[in-house]
Amino acid sequence: MDKRIRNRLWIITGLVVVSVVSLIPRNTKQRVIDHQTGRMKDTTVRRLPINLGLDLQGGIHLALEVDQSKGPVPDCADAIQRAEKVVRTRIDEFGTTEPVVQIQGRCRLIVELAGEKDPARAKGVIQRTAFLEFRITDMKGVFKDALPQVDGALRKAGVKATGGPNAPSAVAQLFGGDTTKAARDSAADANTPGVLSSLLFQGTLPGEYLVPEERWPLVDSLINRPDVTSLIPRGMELRWGAQSESRGARAYRALYAVESRPIITGEELVKASATRDPVTNQSIVRFQLSHRGARKFSDETARHIGDFMAIILDGRVQGAPPVIRGQIGANGQIELGNKPLQEASDLALVLRAGALPAPLTIVDERAISATLGADSIHSGVIAGVVGVLLVIVIMVGYYRMSGALAVAALTLYCLFTLAGLAMFGFTLTLPGLAGFVLSIGIAVDANVLIFERIREELVHGKSLRLAVDDGFLHAMNAIVDSNVSTILTALILYAVGTGPVQGFAITLIIGIVASMISAIFVVKTLFLIWLNRRPDMVTLSI
Amino acid sequence: MIRLFANASYDFIKWRRVAFSLTGAIMLIGAVFLATRGLNYSIEFTGGTSVQFEVAHKVETGNIRTALDQVGLRGADIYNFGSDTSYQVRARLGKDASEGDAGTQAVADSVARALDVSVGAGQYHIAQRQSVGPKVGRELQGKALLAILFSFVVTLVYLAFRFEWRFGLAAVVATAHDVVATVAFISVMHLEVSLVVVGAVLTVVGYSLNDTIIIFDRVRENLRKFRRQNLYEILNLSINETLPRSVLTHGTTLATTLALLILGGEVIRPFAWVMSFGIFTGTFSSIYIAAPVLLWIEKRWPGEDARGARAFGSRPATPPVSTPPATPPSTPAPRTPQPAR
Repeated sequence: MDKRIRNRLWIITGLVVVSVVSLIPRNTKQRVIDHQTGRMKDTTVRRLPINLGLDLQGGIHLALEVDQSKGPVPDCADAIQRAEKVVRTRIDEFGTTEPVVQIQGRCRLIVELAGEKDPARAKGVIQRTAFLEFRITDMKGVFKDALPQVDGALRKAGVKATGGPNAPSAVAQLFGGDTTKAARDSAADANTPGVLSSLLFQGTLPGEYLVPEERWPLVDSLINRPDVTSLIPRGMELRWGAQSESRGARAYRALYAVESRPIITGEELVKASATRDPVTNQSIVRFQLSHRGARKFSDETARHIGDFMAIILDGRVQGAPPVIRGQIGANGQIELGNKPLQEASDLALVLRAGALPAPLTIVDERAISATLGADSIHSGVIAGVVGVLLVIVIMVGYYRMSGALAVAALTLYCLFTLAGLAMFGFTLTLPGLAGFVLSIGIAVDANVLIFERIREELVHGKSLRLAVDDGFLHAMNAIVDSNVSTILTALILYAVGTGPVQGFAITLIIGIVASMISAIFVVKTLFLIWLNRRPDMVTLSI
Repeated sequence: MIRLFANASYDFIKWRRVAFSLTGAIMLIGAVFLATRGLNYSIEFTGGTSVQFEVAHKVETGNIRTALDQVGLRGADIYNFGSDTSYQVRARLGKDASEGDAGTQAVADSVARALDVSVGAGQYHIAQRQSVGPKVGRELQGKALLAILFSFVVTLVYLAFRFEWRFGLAAVVATAHDVVATVAFISVMHLEVSLVVVGAVLTVVGYSLNDTIIIFDRVRENLRKFRRQNLYEILNLSINETLPRSVLTHGTTLATTLALLILGGEVIRPFAWVMSFGIFTGTFSSIYIAAPVLLWIEKRWPGEDARGARAFGSRPATPPVSTPPATPPSTPAPRTPQPAR
């Protein structure tokens, strides 16, 4: 075989392999509802790596802005950032797999909840006013002392430790007559650690416990059982950390035992900002309290010097609780040591979010049911298949063998386009699906241009090989010009459009690029092979 | 082999007056519809609420209508959406609606109440619901307009870069014609103008331009090749030479858009209508608008390619193409015998 052909075949094979690999179903993390606990948890799902837009899988799209109807909000960009922070901390409350929370432009927040069925509930979660409080952590280890009792209660209820070898012994269950007795039993029997305590690791500061990331939904369901909550010491509550943190190779979620009574709430906070200490170069968050708040805070901090203070936004502990070094009045600062300034900015944002709740108003809401999305995919695919069949009939009917080569290239075109969507992580929307179907019709245009040229060259009396070469060469100008004009309009659409329309523009652009590869490069290669195999051919089936 | 329009030598330019009258008539009808009925904007542009729902059993739209009136949504539209058991209710915001989403959210709730009363709570399934505030609507209106204008500017720049400005201007005139004709079509068909439909209009722009470029590309090539023919003849020749390509490409594209129109479902139908129409008008304008306009421009502001354009339009017209010129490209001299198939 000709060396030129071989190189071309290698390139095509490479492209096909890359495309196929990018389309292989893969494991992706998804949040789904755990039916045992009724809460969200991460699982891995095997699926085709093409993202479907909300209009295809159903869900809710919300655009929110700061409500200015009750008086103007001076800095809407900061307000929307605070709102974003708040919505992010509530992300687990949505019953959806992959919530999207992002700021669009300056002052608009976009929340997309694929698969969410209850718009009213979702809106409630988003629009609920943020609540910030400072609480002292469990300095005396009251919760730790109560753990054996909790374990006993769980054992009595028949909850087995799923931790592995630490299943409670049959003896302990047998004697588990009442809670106190069970507690004594478990305390006495050191060989059978309790259900809950086996899942908790002591953290670095008093009242902090670490739970392996994959266990936290389980622990969360345990601590929310009524028989457990009743055993948690009076004046003490459990709060989760906002993010998982990695210690060593494993990811942990922090669980804090904190006092139920906040020493101060967000209402008393006036402002908060992040800076760098000019002397020590530490990242710090400065905050200022109201008059009333300052009085209360100085009393409380005077009593709690050396204690740790958890900053809780919407029930989630934000960052590591700082230690109280001394009495603090109206102006305080939180030192973050050598941590990056970004973390200080985040914390300042948390404080502001709780201090100045940003009332949000919904400016755009779209809810699409999953069945409509499924219907859309169904009819879109049928239209696509019929469209492709019609194109095949026209091409093969008119251009015979050459048309068949173009159709062969068309299958590669479909493969390349889908791979392009998968590789760059673009989202397929309903208009995108339509754009894909449409671009199949347009994709053969390049082949039509080339074939017509080859026919003309043949009419002009050129030899087969020369006619094919010249046909491809002369058609290039028109192909490039026309495709560039289409790409330009698609780019404008992408720049101006929103979700679904952007999806259309993207599939159109990827489709055009893919069609250039398939219609020009692949078809030319097929022609070369064909001509090489039949050197005696006098007439071209075109 | 099958050859459609092989060696065609139709005098397309001759029909320009008929074509202009035809397109003028379409635009006049469109203008009448636009003036009397206006465009059927989706709530994306006007702001408001639209609810699409499905019921198990057919209900009288009259009942829903009354229920909507009772909850105070007098301006709301209700119509069938695709099938007998699928409806869409649409309540637009007034022009002077202000921000503060109490308005749109309240409307959304009212629609739900009206449906509970007329269809019965739990008897319907909401397939799609959308509430857009007036600010977002106005923003989108501006964006859509901007997109269309911007696409003209960009294509003009691109054409000026690739071709001579006279060609570019002619192509833009043809494309502008397509936008106007498509808007007329949308108005006559009373299609809902959503952002997706605007996207379809822009795609028509790209498609029509594509078609015009293919023909102009051939014109440019033929101007170089046949030094002795005038522009009128070159234009006709080029259109004829690219005719098989036009038929084939429009055939395949139309096949896919018709498949979308018939099988693609209700949501995508307005898009498919606009695209299908756009293929016709795009083809028409490339042949009957772009080429004559180029001739006219070359007559007014003659460039180096303005051969014989000065005589264009003044009767008696330039020698018709049917009398073959000295070196007729439409009948190439030595032809290889073409075996059938």
